[in-house]
Amino acid sequence: MAEKAELVEFEQAVLPHLSAAYNLARWLTGNDHDAEDVVQESYLRALKFFSGFRGGNSRPWLLTIVRNTCYTWLRRNRMDDQTEELDEEMHAIDSGSPNPEAVLLAAAHRDLVQRALEDLPAALREIVILREMEGMSYKEIADVTAVPIGTVMSRLARARARLQQLLAGANPAGARA
Amino acid sequence: MSCREAQELLHGYADGELDLVRNLEMERHFRECPACASDYERLRRMREAMSGSVPYFQPPAGLERRLRSRLRAAAPAKRSIHWQWAAIAAALVLTVAGVWRVALMSRHPDSVEILAAEAVSSHVRSLMAAHLTDVPSSDRHTVKPWFSGKLDFSPTVGDFPSQGFTLAGGRLDYLDGRPVAALVYQRRQHVINLFVWPAPGRLNSETSTTDRQGYHVLHWTKAHMNYWAVSDLNGRELTEFAELVRKTG
Ligand SMILES: [Zn+2]
Repeated sequence: MAEKAELVEFEQAVLPHLSAAYNLARWLTGNDHDAEDVVQESYLRALKFFSGFRGGNSRPWLLTIVRNTCYTWLRRNRMDDQTEELDEEMHAIDSGSPNPEAVLLAAAHRDLVQRALEDLPAALREIVILREMEGMSYKEIADVTAVPIGTVMSRLARARARLQQLLAGANPAGARA
Repeated sequence: MSCREAQELLHGYADGELDLVRNLEMERHFRECPACASDYERLRRMREAMSGSVPYFQPPAGLERRLRSRLRAAAPAKRSIHWQWAAIAAALVLTVAGVWRVALMSRHPDSVEILAAEAVSSHVRSLMAAHLTDVPSSDRHTVKPWFSGKLDFSPTVGDFPSQGFTLAGGRLDYLDGRPVAALVYQRRQHVINLFVWPAPGRLNSETSTTDRQGYHVLHWTKAHMNYWAVSDLNGRELTEFAELVRKTG
């Protein structure tokens, strides 16, 4: 049973990472309401498994739970392809990318970048979030997402290639021939 | 360094993941190769644009307060958000824990009964909470490494698709007063939870069978590991599953 002391210890270890938890959940679920539900569920699950946490850096540990809760949540609430396995061999980044005209029409650069990230498959998006927004190492990302480091690297390269393509499309001056 | 190598290491370089020697080699290559240097420059610019444009979403006001109060409510019974179920489970767990402490002293036969009840509770909870897996994957090479660092042992993860038992993923669970590996398999519409944890000093045992609350529970030890399989699958097929696991474990 979790005693008061354990709860205090738990809160000290994981509440400081609330922003990171919320940001990841928000990017993976796509809206505020769902992100809050996922974060609450994640913290309750984290409390349950806190005794299995062996000290060290609690942020990757918590984000692992948040990330898994997101996917469970998405599978439960949406019957779309969010949790589909990525084909690691598929390098054709053109397929499925938004219509270039629609991209060119996007008024604000900021919106464009945000939308480009939203349009990435979840398995690529989560790696960009963990790397670029949380500053995690490849090893930490591999732990959180439960894939080998090599896969983290190849997914990161694919995600960035697609983001670059979208940004270059919107910014012809910066595009290479 | 060749362009091919430089391209492979481009992201590692940008992310500060290379060792010093590789770092220096990359920098030398950039000085000598305008094409790779320009690829790196594009990558750098894209990341810069991202860091200025992509919002870091902040939790709404009051979320931390709401969270604290829910955690406080959940802490005494360590149960999740399914309140009705939580109340029942909490009562059950408290009873189990009380008896269990006594049973531990002697490994009384009752302890097996209690563990069976715990295993069934965990199985039911995994279905009700719709949180069957922490690592949803049918690839045992993904599931097995996921447990490392989370548990102090490494469960053997088998997959038996040709026999009709497919791996659905893995989950951390809590049984026998300790974290355990829960391996999730599917057979048609039926879910099987296979709980695995160390049984120091205990060698191979026969497979014992009990039924509880409409679930079949199979239990054995092999090579100093405890195995508990729980499912609503019929007894014959669950036994078939247990035999397959025994062969791999
Ligand atoms: Zn080059």
